[in-house]
Amino acid sequence: MTLTLDGVSKVVNGQVHIHPTELTFAPGTMNVLLGPTLAGKTSLMRLMAGLDVPATGRILWQGTDVTGMRVQDRAVAMVYQQFINYPSMSVYDNIASPLRLQGKSRTEIDRAVQETAAMMKLTPMLARKPLELSGGQQQRCALARALVKGAGLVLLDEPLANLDYKLREELRLEIPRIFEAAGSIFVYATTEPEEALLLGGNTATLWEGRVTQFGPTPQVYRQPKDATTARVFSDPPMNFLAVTKAGDSIGFGAGQKAPAIGSLAGLADGRYLAGFRPNHLEIDRPEGAAMAFEARLKVTEITGSETFVHLDHHGERWVGLIHGVRDLELGAELRVWLDPAHVYVFSTDGALVAPAAYALAA
Amino acid sequence: MRGGIAMTGRHLPRINIVMVLYLLFLMLPIYWLANMSLKTNTEILGGFSLWPRDLTFANYAKILGDPAWYMGYVNSIIYVSMNTVLSVAVALPAAYAFSRYRFMGDKHLFFWLLTNRMAPPAVFALPFFQLYSSVGLFDTHIAVALAHTLFNVPLAVWILEGFMRGVPKEIDETAYIDGYSFPRFFVKIFMPLIASGVGVAAFFCFMFSWVELLLSRTLTSVDAKPIAATMTRTVSASGMDWGVLAAAGVLTILPGALVIWFVRNYIAKGFALGRV
Repeated sequence: MTLTLDGVSKVVNGQVHIHPTELTFAPGTMNVLLGPTLAGKTSLMRLMAGLDVPATGRILWQGTDVTGMRVQDRAVAMVYQQFINYPSMSVYDNIASPLRLQGKSRTEIDRAVQETAAMMKLTPMLARKPLELSGGQQQRCALARALVKGAGLVLLDEPLANLDYKLREELRLEIPRIFEAAGSIFVYATTEPEEALLLGGNTATLWEGRVTQFGPTPQVYRQPKDATTARVFSDPPMNFLAVTKAGDSIGFGAGQKAPAIGSLAGLADGRYLAGFRPNHLEIDRPEGAAMAFEARLKVTEITGSETFVHLDHHGERWVGLIHGVRDLELGAELRVWLDPAHVYVFSTDGALVAPAAYALAA
Repeated sequence: MRGGIAMTGRHLPRINIVMVLYLLFLMLPIYWLANMSLKTNTEILGGFSLWPRDLTFANYAKILGDPAWYMGYVNSIIYVSMNTVLSVAVALPAAYAFSRYRFMGDKHLFFWLLTNRMAPPAVFALPFFQLYSSVGLFDTHIAVALAHTLFNVPLAVWILEGFMRGVPKEIDETAYIDGYSFPRFFVKIFMPLIASGVGVAAFFCFMFSWVELLLSRTLTSVDAKPIAATMTRTVSASGMDWGVLAAAGVLTILPGALVIWFVRNYIAKGFALGRV
């Protein structure tokens, strides 16, 4: 059971929503679509489900062309961000409804419903109506209905986005377990890089209707193909610094210089974009080689055990994630440190030139 | 201005008085109708009496015993039911299309529907009379029912569209993904969700068709004559039969009151054309 998108695109009223896309999801894999809002995650999913017909290209399921096939005839299941259930039916009937339509026998349906309900911890709620449940339980009901069908392709469109923090974490931990039990291709759309990393599998990063990179999740995270992917797959987004390499030093900002070390050392002379993740910016001087930057502190956000510092470095906005609560003076010049092993180098048009040394070692 | 608990005691009776006066004015015509229906003609014409001195049910007995009278109700109920079923059945798919799909001119068409209600029914009396006469539908129930759909279908479409818009489109899609065919989804999943909307739309169709007089009188003569026409045409040789007319009036109010009772919780949403 393989799903292949072959040059699939979508155009709405002359506007390109999805640029021609090539993707192949192997049988029984977890695939994350990662991208900000309006990147085209939902559009892409609707094409996969068959709810929308692509403008160009073909959709292949196990090698058979299913483009334009009625959605009823496709082996898919989908869970939306909103909690979509059939409000007039009980939870039991909700879960049973896809099986009843498949014409399964009564005992078979009952066994499958009880099994799925138990897995989704819905057994005590089977007699209730979906709207009498909490948000988390409603979404469990929707998930149960999607799973009970045994569809080869399960599409989850930001299923946890409307849940509160606690329920989201609880359900997120269960999704890999559900995935293991189902054995189908899972496609999971999310805006949060953290979710992609927790789910593992493969990740496709989306940006403005294009898949910028697709591969095993840790690899996409550690070795983003370009600056856009790196920006999408980093929360808060990756920080960038325009640098000019000349000889054994790099110049940046208003004439500052630093020795070219780490991934910067082996570059040919010219202009580059250096990128680093917020958690690699440090306030205390690290051991070993480090580059120092003077930046003005604009905002600090303290989230209990961590501090986000928003910095202005010669017009570039940087965000740093510092462990511990720091009492810092706003508006002051702050010296921040960066280990060159954490620096990615991109060409000025965004393509990756050299990944950070730490990412290669890992 | 209410000045706390101490003042409420003094204000409460005054509010009650206003309320009682309001209800009095509201109920007076209906009371007078019921009052008249229980009197004899001599008492009605004889002078002023607040309640029937000489209580009689003869007026009601006459209506329920005389086919010329009770057939008026039967006819009315037949064409009103036909019209309600027809209007809602036609409006359901139309409203679904307006709530779910974007097509060329959809907004204009939707508004144009409502403009049908802007013309008074009298405008259509003449063309309908000629049209139905020439196709042999004159004095049939279906003629009146069809004539009333001109006003009721747009109203029903507007009301149902409002209710349908409140149902997320994702429910439709989920049902298709689950394997429901469109008709099965519509009946099993969608209809229960808009049941109150269907009720309200049906109520409004019923109400219009039940009270509309001009078209129903123009398009009928004997076989499909509505009760309202019977009432307005009843002047016997001995003058007006006041008591019987009043009884007929009471019986005409009843079905409306009955139907209102069933949809009372949704009626406000219906008046807002389902858009609250």
